[in-house]
Amino acid sequence: MKNWQGRTLGWELRDGVVELTLHREPCNEIGTETLAELEKFVAALGAARSEAHAVIIYSSLKQGFSAGADLRELYSGMQGLPAGERAKGVRSFLERIHKVMNALDASPLPTIAAVHGVCFGGGFELALACDLIIADKLARFCFPELRLGLVPGFGGIPRLKRDLGNGIVRDLLLTGRSLNAARAHSVGLVSQLTAEGEALKVARATAAQMGKFDRETTAAAKRFAKPIPHDELRREIDLFCELFTRPAVEAGLKKFVESKEALPYLP
Amino acid sequence: MPTMNQTLEEVLNLTAKQFNVPRAELKPEDDIFKKLGINSFQALELLTRLEQHFNIELPDYEFQGVTDFKTLAERIQSRL
Repeated sequence: MKNWQGRTLGWELRDGVVELTLHREPCNEIGTETLAELEKFVAALGAARSEAHAVIIYSSLKQGFSAGADLRELYSGMQGLPAGERAKGVRSFLERIHKVMNALDASPLPTIAAVHGVCFGGGFELALACDLIIADKLARFCFPELRLGLVPGFGGIPRLKRDLGNGIVRDLLLTGRSLNAARAHSVGLVSQLTAEGEALKVARATAAQMGKFDRETTAAAKRFAKPIPHDELRREIDLFCELFTRPAVEAGLKKFVESKEALPYLP
Repeated sequence: MPTMNQTLEEVLNLTAKQFNVPRAELKPEDDIFKKLGINSFQALELLTRLEQHFNIELPDYEFQGVTDFKTLAERIQSRL
């Protein structure tokens, strides 16, 4: 697998571990450009099995892992389009991002999200597609989508339901509040909690440990322990598209995009 | 359990330390966001540090409604 640098992310093979670095300012918002580069990444990952034993995803930006979907791009892209066209465009995006998330989820290589700072919305969904989340003490996890009149659209609810009890799923989803890393660790979302700035280092040590095991056995164990909820993921796309064309969504996005408040992620 | 004044003092001390502001410049009635000029990422970091310090959870929607340090301390006090 050749090292590669794009405009929003890059990857390198380091000590048998594929490290995907997110680096799109301000906080790795996932729009069409990031999506295209993630597609490139999962295509390359398919060929990495002979050289690598694990994958780490992390952000090189101070603000955090990812603030989620690029809502500014989403809002500007929907302007002037009739409802039918809006739904068509968003469905196409969701189909593509789901393919990326599913490929990552199903990768025979164990995957680790090394998280610091903000891990919101689509960024949280990217972390949930990984096998382990290793987070530093200042990380926060949130699904703010309901505040915009939407549900998470990159596979968040089915994957969260797969991993956690339904009480905490409803708490995150229905309040839109963010959980700190300690709480996320206590409910089983985060597998290892680290000191500030140490998530990547701990993720590398964990990946090295994973490299001691037989790769076929690791892949079989992962398939057995982590079934992909395909039916629910399909239904999530339908639900998101159904909700997306309602006026409340455009109003919520407009408020977010035009906000000058210190906490604009809270519509 | 600490008194309201103790909680307020701890909030002011912690904020001064995090944002490298002289403690004497922070007043209970100051508008947190205007006084510190912080963005959403910094506000979240402050929230996390407060939660760690007081060993509580303070939902974002409560934090969002706060404008001054005194009200913030009251919100924290109600969860101690």
